Amino acid sequence: MSVAYAILFYIALAIMVIGVARRVIMYAKAPAPLKIPTTPAPTTQTGVVMRMFREVVFFESLFKSTKWTWIFGWMFHMGLFAVLARHSRYFNSLMPAEIVGPLKYAAFAMIIGLVGLLIRRFAVDRVRYISSPSDFAMLFLLILIGVSGAMMTFVSHTDITMVTHFFHTLMWPFDGIGELPGDILVWVHLLLVASLMIIFPVSKLLHAPGVFFSPSRNQVDNPREQRHVSDWAKKLEQN
Amino acid sequence: MAKADYEIPELHEYVEVPELESGTMAHSAPYVAKPEFQEQLGYVGEVEDDWKEKALDAMGDMLGKYRGLQVFMDSCVKCGSCTDKCHYYLSTKDPLNMPVARQDLMRRVYRRYFTFAGKFFGKLGMPEFVGAKELEREDLDEWFSYYHQCSQCRRCSVFCPYGIDTAEITMAAREILARVGIGQKYSNEIIGKVYKIGNNLGLPGPALLDTLEGLEEDVEDETGVKVLYPLDVKGADILLVTPSADFFAEPHVDGLIGYGKVFHEAGVSWTLSTTASEAANFGMFIGSYENMRKISLRIREAALELGVKRIVFGECGHAWRVAYSFLNTLAGPFDFLDPDYPVPQHILEFTWNEIQKGTLNLDPSRNDDKTLTFHDSCNVARATRMGDEPGGQFTIPRNVIKSVCNNYVDMDPDTIYEKTFCCGGGGGLLTDDLMEIRIKGGMPRMTALNNVIEESGVTHMAAICAICKSQFTKILPYYGMEMDQIVSVHQLVSDALILSGQVDEDDEDTDEEAA
Repeated sequence: MSVAYAILFYIALAIMVIGVARRVIMYAKAPAPLKIPTTPAPTTQTGVVMRMFREVVFFESLFKSTKWTWIFGWMFHMGLFAVLARHSRYFNSLMPAEIVGPLKYAAFAMIIGLVGLLIRRFAVDRVRYISSPSDFAMLFLLILIGVSGAMMTFVSHTDITMVTHFFHTLMWPFDGIGELPGDILVWVHLLLVASLMIIFPVSKLLHAPGVFFSPSRNQVDNPREQRHVSDWAKKLEQN
Repeated sequence: MAKADYEIPELHEYVEVPELESGTMAHSAPYVAKPEFQEQLGYVGEVEDDWKEKALDAMGDMLGKYRGLQVFMDSCVKCGSCTDKCHYYLSTKDPLNMPVARQDLMRRVYRRYFTFAGKFFGKLGMPEFVGAKELEREDLDEWFSYYHQCSQCRRCSVFCPYGIDTAEITMAAREILARVGIGQKYSNEIIGKVYKIGNNLGLPGPALLDTLEGLEEDVEDETGVKVLYPLDVKGADILLVTPSADFFAEPHVDGLIGYGKVFHEAGVSWTLSTTASEAANFGMFIGSYENMRKISLRIREAALELGVKRIVFGECGHAWRVAYSFLNTLAGPFDFLDPDYPVPQHILEFTWNEIQKGTLNLDPSRNDDKTLTFHDSCNVARATRMGDEPGGQFTIPRNVIKSVCNNYVDMDPDTIYEKTFCCGGGGGLLTDDLMEIRIKGGMPRMTALNNVIEESGVTHMAAICAICKSQFTKILPYYGMEMDQIVSVHQLVSDALILSGQVDEDDEDTDEEAA
């Protein structure tokens, strides 16, 4: 069974990495034939980096818009990143214990944020209207991942040495794959995580790479100084 | 108060976010362009049997040509941030006027035919699970209706955490519709007129000349000074490109009079052109790069033909977007013009420079009968800039107004600058067949205006867009205000500007100031 999970994780990782890479290459290759930053926009590349930083770290635009969505969304994302950082200890031990230790509480931020977003999706008629079943399914999936993970940390400890060993052997499988502990929470948690990795490149989770390619946020406001002719538009000029 | 056979929104102190009421604007749609006007722009005349193939091909083509469209289609997480930001949703309660819902009319088709998830669940017969939908003929009619209830004002894009810009999606949708044979009569006929005659209103050269001579006489009668309004003058320094409404519509023409006076006092030579007697570029509204480029090339042609050194644009919102953001790309390089000036320049940049240099003799007390507020036009606010600093598009018009008027008050901060509300008539909606959505869409702006009228005694609202001016002139009466409460910024400049050698009723005042 551990071998099946090992294979599942290889497949999930391959789908996620290749899927997202293909999408990113497609975004990067797609021409942006006109300057369309939402203004006022920075007039320098440095300014654009700052704008993007504020957008992806503080969710600046969302903050301007609606505070509830911002609070829950920001809690969820920051909680998620902290939790991910903490998970690095299953792959290597570079993160010092003093940092990794307290990060476990980030799971609560993540779960509270997700539940808040879910309530909002049910309760606000406008948001309910625009939601597809998959939007709810995605939130449930993330909540289950968060809850199953948090339970292993705070309620029913699993054999973390075995889990760590399993992932270490995944990174170097030629000496054999390690065994996962016979603990239902681990199996559920890992199955859900693999599912999330698999749907990443075919779902709205693409907003993560997408935001960096959004022309309304990543373009420099300098159209009077520089022309911006795409390859397909150049062909028009030759006529 | 003007009459209408639909409910005019009542103005309250605040614009409340309404509860959803499905289908309230489902009946709204513009007239479809006749085959001859479709074909003139390079589109198929009418809908044919292979409409579905054409629509999906067109969508694929657009996705491959516009990174923005591709990224925007993928990135929306349905967070709801934009749902209460659109003036058309706030005033009609129609859920399909929420930006994300409007986008989804296209996104669900995109997901069905261009994504793995949509194809997979589509084959299982449950595409709706992942927000996908089969494309049916009725969908295109729904597109035609709701993509003509978007004024491409970009207000939603300010609040989107991924910067998703519904304007881009509306433009793409209109282009797809036009390629299938469902073009919009208003925009397509107007573009046809630009190609044939040179401007949106179809004013031929002799009519322009006649109008301009009339203006020269009017200004001379009023001031005793011969201010020139030249047309097709070779070797002039500045080519002025201005919306054709400026030639005769009120209050637009008062703005044109103002531009001429400013140029006169600045001592520069300038000219209008029959070749480029239109600043507007409806190619943007219909989402057609090719048409937008062709219309823009007239300006290059005119500049070369007349041998000018600079290009200045008159007061017009989307025209300034195409001019500022796209002209250099579409019709450049402009290396034959004077490199000391940006190409193109906005008339307000020109006037503000002159005010700072002190070349204009301004008497703001001449506007003391008015208390002004300023409507930030959506395209100028969120798609362009003036001056060297980000945000110059907000400060420069206000600086100019404050230099020529003593009484100025801003509207509610949530309705100005980058958060400005569209007038309700932009983006190719300024046509009588869309009157209902235009009147309703004006409600948030009318609310903010009404508040400053009641609280601060504002008498007039200044604007720098031909569409805003026409739209407000039309809708103000429906909200119990007067149509002449909307003014051009350069009309205010014109009224405060004392020309060198000017003789008029205020003669004594000017003498005292001169002394």
